[in-house]
Amino acid sequence: MTEPVLSIRDLVVEFDTPDGVVHAVDGVSYEVYPGETLGVVGESGSGKSVTVMAALGLIQMPPGRIVRGEVLYKGRNIIGLPIEELRKIRNKEIAMIFQDPMTSMNPVFKVGLQIAEALLVHNDDLSEDDARKQTIDLLELVGVPNPSRRYDQYPHEYSGGMRQRAMIAMAMANKPSVLIADEPTTALDVTIQAQVLDVMRIAAEETGAATVLITHDLGVVAEMADRVAVMYGGRVVERGTVDQIFHSPRHPYTLGLMMSLPRVTGEIEKLLPIPGNPPSVINLPPGCAFHPRCRMSEGRELCRTKVPEVVQVTGGHESACHFPDEVVLEIQRDSAVTGIEL
Amino acid sequence: MTAENISYTGNGATGATGQPVLSVRDLKMHFPIKEGLRRKTVGHVYAVDGVSFDVGHAETLGLVGESGCGKSTTARAIIRLLEPTAGEIDFMGVDITRMSRKDLRPVRRDLQIVFQDPYASLNPRMTVREIVAEPLRIHNLYEDGGVERVAELLRLVQLSPEHGNRFPHEFSGGQRQRIGIARALALNPRMLLLDEPVSALDVSIQAQVINLLQEIQGELELSYLFIAHDLSIVRHISHRVGVMYLGHIVEIGTRQEIFQNPTHPYTQALLSAVPIPDPRVSKSRERIVLTGDVPNPSNPPSGCVFRTRCWKAQDICAEETPPLVEQFGHLTACHFAAPVEILAGAVPS
Repeated sequence: MTEPVLSIRDLVVEFDTPDGVVHAVDGVSYEVYPGETLGVVGESGSGKSVTVMAALGLIQMPPGRIVRGEVLYKGRNIIGLPIEELRKIRNKEIAMIFQDPMTSMNPVFKVGLQIAEALLVHNDDLSEDDARKQTIDLLELVGVPNPSRRYDQYPHEYSGGMRQRAMIAMAMANKPSVLIADEPTTALDVTIQAQVLDVMRIAAEETGAATVLITHDLGVVAEMADRVAVMYGGRVVERGTVDQIFHSPRHPYTLGLMMSLPRVTGEIEKLLPIPGNPPSVINLPPGCAFHPRCRMSEGRELCRTKVPEVVQVTGGHESACHFPDEVVLEIQRDSAVTGIEL
Repeated sequence: MTAENISYTGNGATGATGQPVLSVRDLKMHFPIKEGLRRKTVGHVYAVDGVSFDVGHAETLGLVGESGCGKSTTARAIIRLLEPTAGEIDFMGVDITRMSRKDLRPVRRDLQIVFQDPYASLNPRMTVREIVAEPLRIHNLYEDGGVERVAELLRLVQLSPEHGNRFPHEFSGGQRQRIGIARALALNPRMLLLDEPVSALDVSIQAQVINLLQEIQGELELSYLFIAHDLSIVRHISHRVGVMYLGHIVEIGTRQEIFQNPTHPYTQALLSAVPIPDPRVSKSRERIVLTGDVPNPSNPPSGCVFRTRCWKAQDICAEETPPLVEQFGHLTACHFAAPVEILAGAVPS
């Protein structure tokens, strides 16, 4: 098997706040291999964004703090690297696409110049003319119409979808090995989202990059990801191929998400929501963070007292539940109530 | 308008008779664009440009469309937060389009709105009990059993009475939306306008609020106008669905018709663009990918507003606005309407 290009191991990130210590990331591990797309799903506050921000040295420290863990990029731990070296890796080797393209571009510079700058910064031999040419090619590749005219426009002259295309062009500029996309289509309308997802596929194919796609949208994950990591309360609770996660989940939280999701493809009987609210990251429940909302845990001491370890259920499929096998029965029971067949 | 022609009689007057609870005819909401020192009107944003629909007793009409299509503006014009430019709004058999503020008061008891953002729509300085009691006080109904009514409302939205003493910031998004719903229900309305009520919520919480809305509808026989951009939610909660594009309803029918038998190219493109949370289906299906963006609503295309992005467009589409007429079993506004099965291989049977 090939080596993962990016591997996060047992990362723990905390923030000091006036209300107490926020355990934003609590021992997260996942890895992504060349050419594949890893979907990282979770609800707000699950730690999915903070994990990558911390991994790339993009969190404010203090109040943030990396307590332990490693982030291996091509086998080398990048945590604690001097800022200069980290900058070289970021953008050139690991590129990021953020949710809001309006705030991630500089409003006073032409879009084309900003992309060309990304090329020039990491490539001393490149002439400005060549940078312009390459930028126009990139804009064309991501489907920006009239790229040579669009080169000289400012971010506000671009629509949301076009800006996100330009961001992808910028991310692709230096042929990165890893593309991290944090909710890249959340701010976009569904028809524009479809266009941008297509562009992301093209970007991944053109660069051969490994993609980490962070999103709360299970539909986008199903469409884009090869493998999926599900996060809850700052931990990865389940990991597997996209087919395993969607069709035979082995963690009650993942199952709960599937049963909470209305389907555009058919009429369902009734949604089965997860009761209660997401946990407070300042005061995580003891034991399994999901136990207060879990039907399977009712009254079980193990769930209340012991943080479940990630265990292998089948090849490449892992769950952080004390009772992963019982989820199979739960699926049948829930399907009977909701009419959702997994 | 004089007092005589207001025959508004309050709760439960119509509806059961088979008449629509809400009937909107050719509603237009144009916003002037003003420029220069004299604030001269130089053009208009045609936010809503001739929208018609009915909502029946205990029925949910879902209104879907992308940002800027005019769906929220439609709701705001209906409840008269905006003054409609043209058209007619009949609520429980009474024309409320030009009613005075004073005459609107009893209407507003029966027609309530719930907003998207549960953070912005609740007064942070009021306790939950005060928020829910406020409509009762305004309508002088609090003195007589208000305390019990508030407790009952909190129970109805599955909050405990102890929550009443707390402030909005102490609650999660889902709980705040429940508070907003309790407030909207305080005056025993006949109809709720729900403007993206679950869009700001996480999936697991979204499902809780959707179930709550469905339970309340069953219990109180309310009519809903449910506005959302999420087609999956709209399919789940609506009895009928209207699809909006650039200020127009382009297709409207029962949810079965719209989702299984869409005939308008825009509806078809919209359905084909929804990511499906099933990797076996989503990775294999064909997509209709639209080119370009939605045109500027201050300068909509002539004829059919969708023609600039439509793969079926012909000369006639620029010349004649297609009327919203029955074709293939429901209303659609297209010169070349034809049913296409978009969501084949549907997952849950």
